[in-house]
Amino acid sequence: MNYIYDLSRIVQWTRAQLHWLADWAGTSVFWADGLGTLIVMFVLFAFCASVVMVLVYAERKIAGHMQARLGPMRVGWHGVLQVIADTIKLILKETEIPNRADRPLYRAAPYVVFVSGFLALIALPMDKNLVPVQLNVGLIYMIAIGTPGVIGILMAGWSSGNKYSLLGGMRSAAQMISYEIPLVLSLLGAVMLAKSLDLHTLVEAQKIPFVVYQPVAFFIFLISAVAETNRNPFDIPEAESELTAGFHTEYGGIRFAYFFLAEYVNMFVLSALGATVFLGGWQGPFLPGWCWYLIKTGAILFVFIWFRWTYPRLRADQLMDLSWKVLTPLAFINILVTGLILVLM
Amino acid sequence: MEQIGSYTTIFIALGVGVFCLAAGIFVSWLVRPMNPTPLKMEPYECGEPAIGPARVKFRTSFYLFALVFVIFDVEVVFLFPWAVVFQDLGLFAFIEMVIFIFILLLGLAYAWRKGALRWR
Repeated sequence: MNYIYDLSRIVQWTRAQLHWLADWAGTSVFWADGLGTLIVMFVLFAFCASVVMVLVYAERKIAGHMQARLGPMRVGWHGVLQVIADTIKLILKETEIPNRADRPLYRAAPYVVFVSGFLALIALPMDKNLVPVQLNVGLIYMIAIGTPGVIGILMAGWSSGNKYSLLGGMRSAAQMISYEIPLVLSLLGAVMLAKSLDLHTLVEAQKIPFVVYQPVAFFIFLISAVAETNRNPFDIPEAESELTAGFHTEYGGIRFAYFFLAEYVNMFVLSALGATVFLGGWQGPFLPGWCWYLIKTGAILFVFIWFRWTYPRLRADQLMDLSWKVLTPLAFINILVTGLILVLM
Repeated sequence: MEQIGSYTTIFIALGVGVFCLAAGIFVSWLVRPMNPTPLKMEPYECGEPAIGPARVKFRTSFYLFALVFVIFDVEVVFLFPWAVVFQDLGLFAFIEMVIFIFILLLGLAYAWRKGALRWR
C-alpha cells in the first residue's frame, strides 16, 4: 500500500499527537480519545456535506447531458460553484413556520431525518483500517438506524399542517416500510455467504464480490434502495404534479436544505452499503482502499441518477405490488436457494 | 478507539450531527430576513385559501401496510442470527428455517388473498 495515500495513517498520527497532548496535560488517555472521536465525527460531517455537494452537481450535470443540455454553466467553470451559490441562497432565505404547524415537531423533523442517515454512514468501513465505528452487528445497526428517517418524514408531514405534506408523508412512509422488507432480505444472502454481520468481515470475505454469487439479491437491493430514497421511478411521495413537494412542501430555506442534504446522504449511504456488501467494498487492485470504496459507491450512485432520467414514474398501486408481490417473494426464494446450495455443498 | 466503546462513539456522532445542524440554523437565523405577514404564514395549497383542517381522514390501507410490515420486520430479525450460523448447524437448521419461511410466505399469501396488499 502506498504510504501517502493510506488515509488511516493520518488518523493514527492524529491519535498519537492527541495522546502526546494528554500526556503533556496530565489527563487520561480517555479524554484524548474522546477528543479524537469528536474530531473524526466533525470530519465525517464535512465529508457528508461535501459528498452531497458533489452529488448534487453531478446529478444536474448528468441530467443535463442525458437530455442534450449542458446543465449548470454560469457560476464558475462549467458551473462548479453552482451548488455553493445555491447553499448560500438557501441560508439567506427567509423561512417562516406556517401558522397551522405543530412547531416543536416541525422544528425537530429535519434533525431526525438527517441524523439517521449520518449515523448510518459512520458504521461503513471506508478502508482496511478506516472504520469510524467498528460494530460486530454492523449490518443490523445500519438497517436499524436508518429506520428513524421514516419517523422524521412522518413528523415533517404531519406537523406542517398542510394536506399535501400529510399525504406525501404518509405515502413516503408506506413506500419506505414496504421496500425495507426486500432490502433487508436481499442483504441476508450476503450474510449467509460471509457468516458475519460485521461489515468489515463482510468485505474481507469477498475474495470475489458477492454480486457474482448473489446477482438476484443485488438486483433486488438496487431497486429497493432507489425506492427507499424516494427517487424516480419511485417518487410517488414527492410527485410534483400531484403533491407539490410531498412532505417538505411547507419547509423553506435552511430547513429545506437539511431535507435535501438528508436525501442525498441517504442515497450515498445506501449506495455505499450496496458497494460494501455486494461489490467488495474497499477491496481492489492498485488503488488504495478508500478510492475503491468511493469508485464503487459512485458507480451505484450513477445508476441511481441514470434511473431517474430514464424511467417514468410508477403508479402508487404498481409501486406497492412490485414490493410485496414481486420483490419480497423473490427475496425469500433467493434466500432458500442460497441456503440449499450452501447446505448441500 | 479502544478506550471508548463503539456505542459511546455513536452517541458522540449523534451529538455532532445535531450540533452541526443547529449551528447551521443559528447562522441562518443571524443573516436571513424575518418579516412574517399573516398571508405568508398560511399553509400552501396552490394559492387557494386552505379549506378545513389539514389533518384529514384517509384510507386505512396505510394502516394495513404498516401492520404487514411490522410482522415481516420482526420475522426478518429472526432470520439474521440464523443466516450467520446456519452453515455450522447443518441440514436440520436449514429445514427448520425452510418451514419458518414457508409459514411466512403463507402469511404473505393470506394477506394477499385478503386484499391487504391492494392499494385502493
